[in-house]
Amino acid sequence: MSHIENVSRRSFLKRAFGAGALILAVRYIPPVFGQAMPTDGQTDADRATLHPNVFVGIQQDGTVYIVAHRSEMGTVIRTSLPLVVADELDADWKRVKIDQAIGDKRYGDQNTDGSQSVRRFFDTMRECGAATRWMLIQAAALQWNVPSSECSTDLHTVVHKATGRRAGYGELAAAAARLPVPKKEQVQMKSPSDWRYIGKGMTSVDLEKLCTGRAAFGMDARIDGMVYASIEHPPVFGGKVKNVDDQEALKVAGVRQTVSIDPFKPPAAFQPLGGVAVIADNTWAAFQGRKKLNITWDNGPNESYDSVKYKKELTDTAHKPGKLIRSVGDSDKAFPTTNVFEADYYVPLLAHAPMEPMVALAEFKDGRVSAWAPTQNPQAAQAIVSSELGIPIGDVICNVTLLGGGFGRKSKPDYVAEAAVLSKKLGRPVKVVWTREDDVKFDYYNAVAAMYLKAAVDDKGKPTAWLQRSVFPPITSIFDVNAVYGDPPHLAQGWTDLPYDLPNIRIENGPAQAHVRIGWLRSVANIYHAFGIQCFTDELAHRANRDPVEYLLDLIGPPRTLDFTNVQYPNYGADYKTYPWETGRLRKVIEMVADKSGWAKNKSAKGHGFGFAAHRSFLTYVATVVEVEVSDDGEIRIPRVDTALDAGLVVNPEATRAQFEGAVVFGTSIVRSGEITAKNGVIQQSNFNDYPVARINEVPAQTNVYITESSAPPAGVGEPGVPPFVAAFCNAIFAATGKRVRDLPLSTNSNFG
Amino acid sequence: MARRMLDLIAEMIQMVKLKVNGIDRSFEGDPDMPLLWYLRDILGLTGTKFGCGMALCGACTVHKNGEAIRSCITPMSAAAGSDIRTIEDLGANGLHPLQKAWMEVNVPQCGYCQSGQIMQAASLLRDTPHPTDQQIDDAMAGNICRCGTYQRIRQAIKLAAEKIA
Repeated sequence: MSHIENVSRRSFLKRAFGAGALILAVRYIPPVFGQAMPTDGQTDADRATLHPNVFVGIQQDGTVYIVAHRSEMGTVIRTSLPLVVADELDADWKRVKIDQAIGDKRYGDQNTDGSQSVRRFFDTMRECGAATRWMLIQAAALQWNVPSSECSTDLHTVVHKATGRRAGYGELAAAAARLPVPKKEQVQMKSPSDWRYIGKGMTSVDLEKLCTGRAAFGMDARIDGMVYASIEHPPVFGGKVKNVDDQEALKVAGVRQTVSIDPFKPPAAFQPLGGVAVIADNTWAAFQGRKKLNITWDNGPNESYDSVKYKKELTDTAHKPGKLIRSVGDSDKAFPTTNVFEADYYVPLLAHAPMEPMVALAEFKDGRVSAWAPTQNPQAAQAIVSSELGIPIGDVICNVTLLGGGFGRKSKPDYVAEAAVLSKKLGRPVKVVWTREDDVKFDYYNAVAAMYLKAAVDDKGKPTAWLQRSVFPPITSIFDVNAVYGDPPHLAQGWTDLPYDLPNIRIENGPAQAHVRIGWLRSVANIYHAFGIQCFTDELAHRANRDPVEYLLDLIGPPRTLDFTNVQYPNYGADYKTYPWETGRLRKVIEMVADKSGWAKNKSAKGHGFGFAAHRSFLTYVATVVEVEVSDDGEIRIPRVDTALDAGLVVNPEATRAQFEGAVVFGTSIVRSGEITAKNGVIQQSNFNDYPVARINEVPAQTNVYITESSAPPAGVGEPGVPPFVAAFCNAIFAATGKRVRDLPLSTNSNFG
Repeated sequence: MARRMLDLIAEMIQMVKLKVNGIDRSFEGDPDMPLLWYLRDILGLTGTKFGCGMALCGACTVHKNGEAIRSCITPMSAAAGSDIRTIEDLGANGLHPLQKAWMEVNVPQCGYCQSGQIMQAASLLRDTPHPTDQQIDDAMAGNICRCGTYQRIRQAIKLAAEKIA
């Protein structure tokens, strides 16, 4: 049937377009993304005349190639990291071309997740640029027979001031290529005062393409001979196909065949979920064919998962003693029977819903795979394709396209593996396209979390004893089916590191079994942890009739470095000496935002409230003030948000501002409507109608971002804006309504919805 | 001969004729296929994006006879006889003032939704050259940006409005 379909299609094209057929053919089968994509793993930098390291190449015409090895999903990292190289190289940015790296361990870590691209690679990028500049200077000095110490650079040119001689980088490339690559110690880096780009920033190299529809996302990938696939996944996590009847599906025009994909072997990790793929000549035919499949499923044990019951289970667990994570003093003994205050907080499962649903194109040919995918994690994509197909990892080439949003979802390459598995079965290139419904129903959700907080307070309302207990299914459950407790890295996301200077603190975590795939989502565990702690703190402040900003500063106490001796505190994988937790820096952003927002003058009243919260995540300190207006019928507007941050040295301030502006929109979705629920193990939401995300009329009208000038090591900027905003927004709603938001989201909270 | 004429007429009835970015096109496939997939998969015009398939997000916005429509729910039969313009056409003869403003304000983050945002904004400015905040919200509320560039979208629309005037 597919054969006939194919022939008729071709003849139709001929007939329909006649003389225009050539134009159509060109349009119909363009090279991937309108530019030749390397399939041998080589970059232009690799092929350049001067190529001292994997990140840099210089041609004799002066073109500088810089490799972007992290994925671009809107943070402008594809520009910002190469900009660091260009600065130390003293290159003219106009003559720099960016090469997007394939997945390859020679670049080091490529998992663009955890707000860590700049901090992990800032020094490396500087060294790569500086080493190349050093070689160009040496080459010029040799040619001119002058000491290299007398030579310097001036924007793409080596200069010998005494004689006025100048040579362009292109002219020197071949000579420099004959020199040894210097050791790190030989190379002198620029003094920060000489930086051209670092700290000033640059707009995205893709900006014009993004505004003209010419930018190439994974969704836009196409190669000759490819077919389209849409996959019906098991509706319940861990389910299997019992029986499939594809007769009606095969009758859909354009549908070629159906292919079963095996269920995963637990733990799920990044394996395909399994199911039935409909293969077709175009995306729409594949979608239509899927609707005609008749599948009986074996749902497996997660069929009993019900998110209403599960919420009660988590809350009950949070009321029982849990595993001790950190303790100060003796909270057990310190709790009196009076002046004790307690509260429960709850955040449901959240879906990423990036604008571009999961999509991947893969071609299995001669035992090797070439994939094109919008992935945050191309090396993980290589690994899962390699293990699914039983081929060496080196035989998997993962080309990284632009990502239409990621937010952590695209660090899990299950969809890339699906395309590779199907291509091997079909012997031709396959593009797997997820629908929005697939995206919402088969996500790696941010964990649902219940938190219980309890404090005993003195006559000034300050806690004498503090207990906090969180319960959430851990992300580690996708790698270990028995994992039920929070793991240290995620507990450290704003829970273990409660920065309060109190005599008695007890921090606990309780067990929770996962029934869906749990995964990283922008800000991850910080979302619920900051919500619980910062809202509870605000409640205590109001209870004591104290100003929330003054109260929080009192709880944080004097500037100091938090001591995590004998506490498991991974600190986002960063060295604690380089990135200590400094309460003084948190205090400063709090004072900054209070000042800039006019906190002292802004008095809340009925229907008009100001809320505040502060939080450190991904090594960055953030404080946020949110202003809300609540109408008589409960409609909430957000006229203004002020956010102050200390992210250490900021490479690209404009991109950083944009990340914090975006973070409050992401947070607005979480507070207003973000909620994934399940019944009989099946996710109840499907698209933007029942999983709404914030629209232009629902978001803050004005977001002001204040960046601390700092020379401290660079920290994260993509994620840290979300957690304090969520809490501050909820605190503002209280200030305007007198009603506490303890259960998110507002849309299903009986006090607000 | 008469038979052949009848065949031809039958074919013409089924065939969808339309103009895409100024070029005459005809389509003989399933008339229920949404315009979005015709543009993307058949014509290779991938600037128009798939986001939801239900006219909920606006990523697929194109112009039909000058009006912003959601191509993901517009069947080819409904596009018949119309003049379709996509993002590829908007700046074909030099950047549109909105595209310039988008760049000046540095609107895009991931950029996936921006084709649809710009096409929607272009239709707004044609009807309302100087939109108020409320008019911008009303016109743009159907276009989702998950990265959260709304503040800059509003700025860029105002900037473009000034420039056009």
